[in-house]
Amino acid sequence: MIGMTPWTKNRYLPPVLLVVGLIVTAILPSTGLVNDYLQFVIVSIAINAILCVSLNLVNGWMGEFSVGHAGFMALGAYASAILTVKLFPSAPAALIFPAAVLIGGTVAGLAGIPVGILSFKTRGDYLAIITLAFLMIVKSGLENIPYTGGPRGMLGIPHLTTVAWAYFWCVVAFWAIRNLVYSKYGRGIAAIREDEIAAEAMGVNTRAAKLVAFVTSSFFAGVAGALFAHQLQFINPSSFDILKSTEILVMVYLGGVASLGGSLLGAGVVTILTQCLQPLGTWRMVVLPALLVLLMLFRPAGIMGYRDWNWLKPRLSLKLRSKNEDKAERGKEIVS
Amino acid sequence: MSVLLETRSLTRQFGGLRAIGDLSLSVNTGEILGVIGPNGAGKTTFFNLLTGIYPPSSGEILFNGRSIAGLRPSEIARQGMARTFQNIRLFRQLSVLENVRIAYDAGLACSPLDALIHTPRALSRERESIEASMELLEMFQLGSHAEDRAGDLSYGAQRRLEIVRALALKPSLLLLDEPAAGMNPSEAMQLTEFLRWVHGKFSLTIVLIEHHMQMVMALSDRIEVIEFGVRIAGGKPEEVKANPRVIEAYLGTEGELP
Repeated sequence: MIGMTPWTKNRYLPPVLLVVGLIVTAILPSTGLVNDYLQFVIVSIAINAILCVSLNLVNGWMGEFSVGHAGFMALGAYASAILTVKLFPSAPAALIFPAAVLIGGTVAGLAGIPVGILSFKTRGDYLAIITLAFLMIVKSGLENIPYTGGPRGMLGIPHLTTVAWAYFWCVVAFWAIRNLVYSKYGRGIAAIREDEIAAEAMGVNTRAAKLVAFVTSSFFAGVAGALFAHQLQFINPSSFDILKSTEILVMVYLGGVASLGGSLLGAGVVTILTQCLQPLGTWRMVVLPALLVLLMLFRPAGIMGYRDWNWLKPRLSLKLRSKNEDKAERGKEIVS
Repeated sequence: MSVLLETRSLTRQFGGLRAIGDLSLSVNTGEILGVIGPNGAGKTTFFNLLTGIYPPSSGEILFNGRSIAGLRPSEIARQGMARTFQNIRLFRQLSVLENVRIAYDAGLACSPLDALIHTPRALSRERESIEASMELLEMFQLGSHAEDRAGDLSYGAQRRLEIVRALALKPSLLLLDEPAAGMNPSEAMQLTEFLRWVHGKFSLTIVLIEHHMQMVMALSDRIEVIEFGVRIAGGKPEEVKANPRVIEAYLGTEGELP
């Protein structure tokens, strides 16, 4: 086996895949191979995957329980829609849309700062209540702002979320959160989950780690919200209620906590299942939660909890593993 | 001999309970100081005050001549004070290597932005932290367990890993809270040898809380005795052993039993 490198260790593969994926997703709609409905499902999976992986940072890796993710999403959706509908309605889409998504993410990310600061002193159930309060403040606040249409919401948002854009932002979200998780801050975040007092005693600045987690998580929730607004072309405050948060929570705990692959899996399974169960009407809202109950009984950490596929990990951590495996191999040879 | 750590009239009140009262101690650079006392004497509270887990109600703590009272635990840790816990507090779900890396990372400068986009700077820090932590693990015969979950290690290995994790902070002062808890006498003797080796190898100053008297007597250069949060005696091991107040604290006064 000498000289063979598994494809996962090829450093050029991820960027090549990214470019190929972008070209494919850009060309796909014009080929006529996938109809509008299928495109809608693909974009939904990408948006949900962004929501899922970003919530996973707080609920999975950090082990807190935030139910306010839809609130951050709402801020991103409204901020971006204000930009494309109210402020620059005639700007070229290629220019305004990336800016709108970035600003949507930034607004949501800034809103993550106070929630992060509140998490310094509270955790567990108490923090969950705080995130719930945050969600209610955002939703009621939006209902009371006439500029964005109050409870009726905003109409006539241009359809700018193409498959290519959704794919691009999805890759960015997974890449950034992977980088964070495999860094000083990510390990600090996991240490908070395991034992906050020990983390502090081992020099982890838990306040910085919590802030980074909340800001990153809410930034990408805002990005997803912006994509969501420009996919549906219509948003109102009740699109971002506790049910929306619950939907994301289901994806996280189904796919697997503290797992990139799990986030992808959770978003994919839940989105596709929701579509497949359309014929059941409102009964589908029974099937999914029932599935969740079963999962909690038999696999409480989710399908991929605390594990990940190798192709989603950075090369550095793989190098170490192969080094250790080499050692184990050598050990075996000596024994035999 | 220079003083590494000094407390001046350190006091900690929990409601009406005075857990530590007016405690003035000093630890010299390079020594092993044993801290003994009956259960509930306030020994662990003393450690929690030193490491910043509780702020003192009053009094001063000087580490390397600087006041550290009121600092956050992580800041004190980064100044070179590392500890282990009476009941092991590893990051159980994380790998053995990650446990050590978390402590090692504390000394690495890396901004959140570096982390998010994995800049060359962040990557070189990653490499450094893996290599240094692996080296440390190999030194303590834990290298082959690097990828195992810390919670899956045997009890003894977990105790060892907690010490390795503390050493990854590159401390000048190591606080050990009952490292021999749950060990039989022969294991405790092994640990004694191990700690003596660690003390020399890493040129450490150690403060040791322990109930295994044999171990404390064998290891310590000096011993301080605390009862009800107050220092009742102190000195060389043989002096402390012969001190009537210490005997009283541990065994009670004569004629108490019928």
